Amino acid sequence: MKILAMVKRVVDPEVKVKLTGDAQLDPSILDYKLNYFDEYSVEEAVRLKESGAASEIVVVCIGSGDAQKEIRTALAMGADRGILVETDEADRLDSLTKAKLLAKVVEREEPGMVLMGKLAVDSESNAVGQMLAALTGFAQGTFAFKCEVDGDTVTVGREVDGGTSDVKLTLPAVVTADLRLNEPRYASLPGIMKAKKKPLEVIDPDDLDADIDLDEPAIEILGYELPPQREAGEIVDSVDALIDRLKNKAKVL
Amino acid sequence: MSTILVVAEQLGGELKSATLPTIGFAKQAAAATGGEVVVLVLGSGASGAAEAASRFGASRVLYVDGAQYADYLAENYAPAVVEVAKSVGATVVCAPSTTTGKDFLPRVAALLDAGFVSDAIDVAEVDGDVVYKRPIWSGNLIARVTSHTDITAVTVRTTAFEAPAEGAAVSVETISVSSGAATNAAFVSFDQVKTDRPPLTDADVVIAGGRGLKSGEAFGMLEELADKLGAAVGASRAAVDSGYAPNDWQIGQTGKIIAPNLYIGVAISGAIQHLAGMKASKVIVAINKDPEAPIFQVSDFGLVEDAFKAVPELTSKL
Ligand SMILES: Cc1cc2nc3c(=O)[nH]c(=O)nc-3n(C[C@H](O)[C@H](O)[C@H](O)COP(=O)(O)OP(=O)(O)OC[C@H]3O[C@@H](n4cnc5c(N)ncnc54)[C@H](O)[C@@H]3O)c2cc1C
Ligand SMILES: Nc1ncnc2c1ncn2[C@@H]1O[C@H](COP(=O)(O)O)[C@@H](O)[C@H]1O
Repeated sequence: MKILAMVKRVVDPEVKVKLTGDAQLDPSILDYKLNYFDEYSVEEAVRLKESGAASEIVVVCIGSGDAQKEIRTALAMGADRGILVETDEADRLDSLTKAKLLAKVVEREEPGMVLMGKLAVDSESNAVGQMLAALTGFAQGTFAFKCEVDGDTVTVGREVDGGTSDVKLTLPAVVTADLRLNEPRYASLPGIMKAKKKPLEVIDPDDLDADIDLDEPAIEILGYELPPQREAGEIVDSVDALIDRLKNKAKVL
Repeated sequence: MSTILVVAEQLGGELKSATLPTIGFAKQAAAATGGEVVVLVLGSGASGAAEAASRFGASRVLYVDGAQYADYLAENYAPAVVEVAKSVGATVVCAPSTTTGKDFLPRVAALLDAGFVSDAIDVAEVDGDVVYKRPIWSGNLIARVTSHTDITAVTVRTTAFEAPAEGAAVSVETISVSSGAATNAAFVSFDQVKTDRPPLTDADVVIAGGRGLKSGEAFGMLEELADKLGAAVGASRAAVDSGYAPNDWQIGQTGKIIAPNLYIGVAISGAIQHLAGMKASKVIVAINKDPEAPIFQVSDFGLVEDAFKAVPELTSKL
């Protein structure tokens, strides 16, 4: 079985946000890395290959030329080859537009399973996997903490409100990783060396012939603003003082 | 004229409280675009949930009964919602930003060729555009977005909207859809965490514990305090990962988003991903033995103290 692992190059969430005068992001602060959740999905793909359930892992990213770095990171973890759908507009693309592009890659590659993160930690849509499943007609197992392949089915354990839930899907399916799915490995030095020689194909989005307009995505970002900031309050010196403040100052007890 | 379709959430015929602020969002969206609110309930023998949803100002409440909706499955929900959205001429389809809403609504959006807005905290008409606000980057930034598609799908951050005032009920219309049950996906089980405490997302007071508690047993001390205050108990990701607390208790970017009147964080350092889930709380209290813990930067009241001393003392003095 071939697995496609979709990975995103994301803005490091630890950067200090700065806006320009016209409510856009100040590009000088931006620092990028492989999306955390995608480390978990790539790890799961590699484990499925190690267990014999998968035969090939293809990493796919829609991103700028610089995103080759994040693809190589996934290759160093054990994926076999990479595909970069190259566009400088990647950071502006909404979930539907990206899902349509990825659906075209799925059509070309015909995987048995697609592994993704549940969330991109920068834009936080939590949507591309579900949308890709809809567009390809695949079943979906989102927020996975368990992914057990058995023949032509996969049982996905999902982290949901109120507890956990299992679903059984017929392959091909889209599975999106939550953070308790596994423990991602660090790429080894030999892994990093090998990754440099693994094939990485660059595709022009126009060649995928998807029904999209890169200049006018479905959702347009008009601008950004900073959320209300909280101030550090008072440090109290005892439990009695704390109870007093909660009763008499904050009036919440 | 716009139609805002709210997909209600129910479990075992009981309307989930997250539905009400979602109707609140829908009314705000309807006001911004000059339209009406329609609520849809899917279920099996769950008309009670539709009745419960009928008193909050929607023009219509639709109920679809089907064995395939007895247990939630995205592959069964999505085609039904798509069908109803088309038949009522929905311009916006929305659902609460719960794990259920986040699961099926993007699927609905793709099937409707609709732009998708995740986790909306505001909607308004600005210069002819319908503008949504949504938090991104672990809550450190807010994006203003607008949709260019005929239909837009929106998950709603329920802490950002009020439940509408209860009023006269509209009569529930039972309708049918042609879509059946999926053949490539099946529900297997739902393992529910049982608790007598209020749900995290509804509680007025939340006591949350972190990795510093070092064991599941230590959460018992938080539960005693919670029982005294009628509070819910939550946890950091590190505490859940360590097996001290169930995943359902996790607060943060990847867990529950909460905004109680009072949040008390115990032995939690205050990583940005945790803050993303509780920063909107009205009053924040932190108990941590490290005076440098970042959570003190956002706390109204901080107590630098060992949790094993402070929490039992707090419980006994309340
Ligand atoms: C993609 C991603 C998503 C994430 N999502 C979430 C999320 O949704 N929610 C979340 O919570 N985290 C999330 N995290 C994890 C987050 O980054 C932190 O690792 C986590 O919140 C730390 O949990 P903690 O504060 O319990 O543990 P620690 O950071 O280890 O802090 C423990 C604290 O306990 C204090 N302490 C120790 N002993 C005592 C004692 N006896 N008495 C009092 N204080 C004591 C210490 O001083 C310390 O401040 C996410 C991380 C990533 C990468
Ligand atoms: N630009 C992209 N290229 C490839 N995969 C992506 C991209 N954006 C999102 N994804 C995938 O979709 C998942 C969820 O992202 P999102 O829906 O944007 O929060 C990510 O974890 C990736 O697996």
